Amino acid sequence: MSLTIFNTVMAVVIAIAFAAANAAYLVWAERRGAGRIQRRPGPNVNGPFGLLQPPADGIKLMTKQLMIPAGADKALFMVAPVLAMAPAIVSFVTIPFSDTIVAHSMNIGVLMIFAFASLGTMAILLAGWGSRNKYGVMASVRAVSQNISYEIPMLITVITIVMMTGTMDLKEIVTAQSGGLLNWNIVPSLSSPLMPVAFLIFFICSLAETNRAPFDLGEAEAELVAGFHMEYGSMGFGLFFMGEYANIVIGASLITILFLGGWGCPLGLYPGVWWFLLKIYLVIFTFIWIRWTFPRTTIYGLLNLSWKILIPISLFNLLLTAGLLKVF
Amino acid sequence: MGAYFSDIFFGLKSLFIGLGITFKEFFKPVVTVPYPYKTIKMCKRYRGHIELIEDEEGNPKCVVCGMCERTCPSECIILGSKAVEFEVEVKGEIKTKKKKVLTKYDLDFTTCSLCGQCVESCNFGALTFSKDYNLASSRKEDFHFDLLKRLKERNS
Repeated sequence: MSLTIFNTVMAVVIAIAFAAANAAYLVWAERRGAGRIQRRPGPNVNGPFGLLQPPADGIKLMTKQLMIPAGADKALFMVAPVLAMAPAIVSFVTIPFSDTIVAHSMNIGVLMIFAFASLGTMAILLAGWGSRNKYGVMASVRAVSQNISYEIPMLITVITIVMMTGTMDLKEIVTAQSGGLLNWNIVPSLSSPLMPVAFLIFFICSLAETNRAPFDLGEAEAELVAGFHMEYGSMGFGLFFMGEYANIVIGASLITILFLGGWGCPLGLYPGVWWFLLKIYLVIFTFIWIRWTFPRTTIYGLLNLSWKILIPISLFNLLLTAGLLKVF
Repeated sequence: MGAYFSDIFFGLKSLFIGLGITFKEFFKPVVTVPYPYKTIKMCKRYRGHIELIEDEEGNPKCVVCGMCERTCPSECIILGSKAVEFEVEVKGEIKTKKKKVLTKYDLDFTTCSLCGQCVESCNFGALTFSKDYNLASSRKEDFHFDLLKRLKERNS
């Protein structure tokens, strides 16, 4: 029994390390990618290819003083950054990297991840509210309305997948897609011909849920200075930043697990953790690519997209899949 | 209803076109220069501070007529000269002649307004604009240029 507890603790530690390392190095990847797309080199001074930039940034953030503005709600102000990072790390625990590499397999993994993803919204709300800053509050209001609007089509799409596979276990969902490209959920099947559309909807929603450009209205620099993390300096800001990137990894992992066949190879050969990592980093590259391609939308455009387009289409897809599953 | 779907379709299509453009840019070479480590060559018509032009023997073309000194509105050019005797053969006879030789060409760049009047006024084509632009300094003395010294340094 003690061995299993030890194993679980080790797995959690590894999950935290993985989340932190990814959060640090995705910032580097983001800046390098932005540079390449804008035809400049990006950070390349510290270390080979600028690979020592993230530790340098981390040291700089940690040596700074954490200021709490006068009039801010101290408790909320301190809790918010932790709340931004913690759910992202917890979600890692249930993500299966391969058949055997999973910290703690749960039969309601999908539910757990979405429950913790909703907590991330609370972090933004508390940060904006607790720092007593008008821009912060405006950013919080936006972020909350955005997250609520995009959670609906996202969950409807997930329900479609859960209906098709008949399980909420992430591992089972991947196993159902094993055996090559044609078994993946992104490929339209007889019982659900609109799967590519569902994938697109899920992809857009995960962009919005992780507050990525072009949906980063919570931190729209042009209008809201820096949005919800405006009053944060030092590692408070660092935690928000790392939480954002950890959430991106979670989003990419979910897209991979739900639609792209998890650790399966497109040709059915050598399934393993390498395929999983390759797929999530491809998805993350697409996130970065999208961020540096499209300008930020307006809040109205954002909500219209969700309520007028994504929700009706995902609902239609849900009903169609339900009907066809009954027929076949 | 038709407009609704065509809006979605064309909107989505334009997004993919945009993604295609940035994807192509991603693989193109970098166009920026890491400035302090590398600098680009200035274009031909760049007008920096003035610089002396040399003749075939490496001496300045300047004949010390003083036009530049006189025309300079900021009075930032100071010339110095000395008379030198030299011998020339004219119709089989050797005669000694005198000519002025430039000994000092000081440019006070702190007051220069880069109007270019000196280059315009020079009748002997002895002045040009330099292409130097890394001229920042915290000391006033760094902007007092000895153009004769600069010419010698360029030749050596």
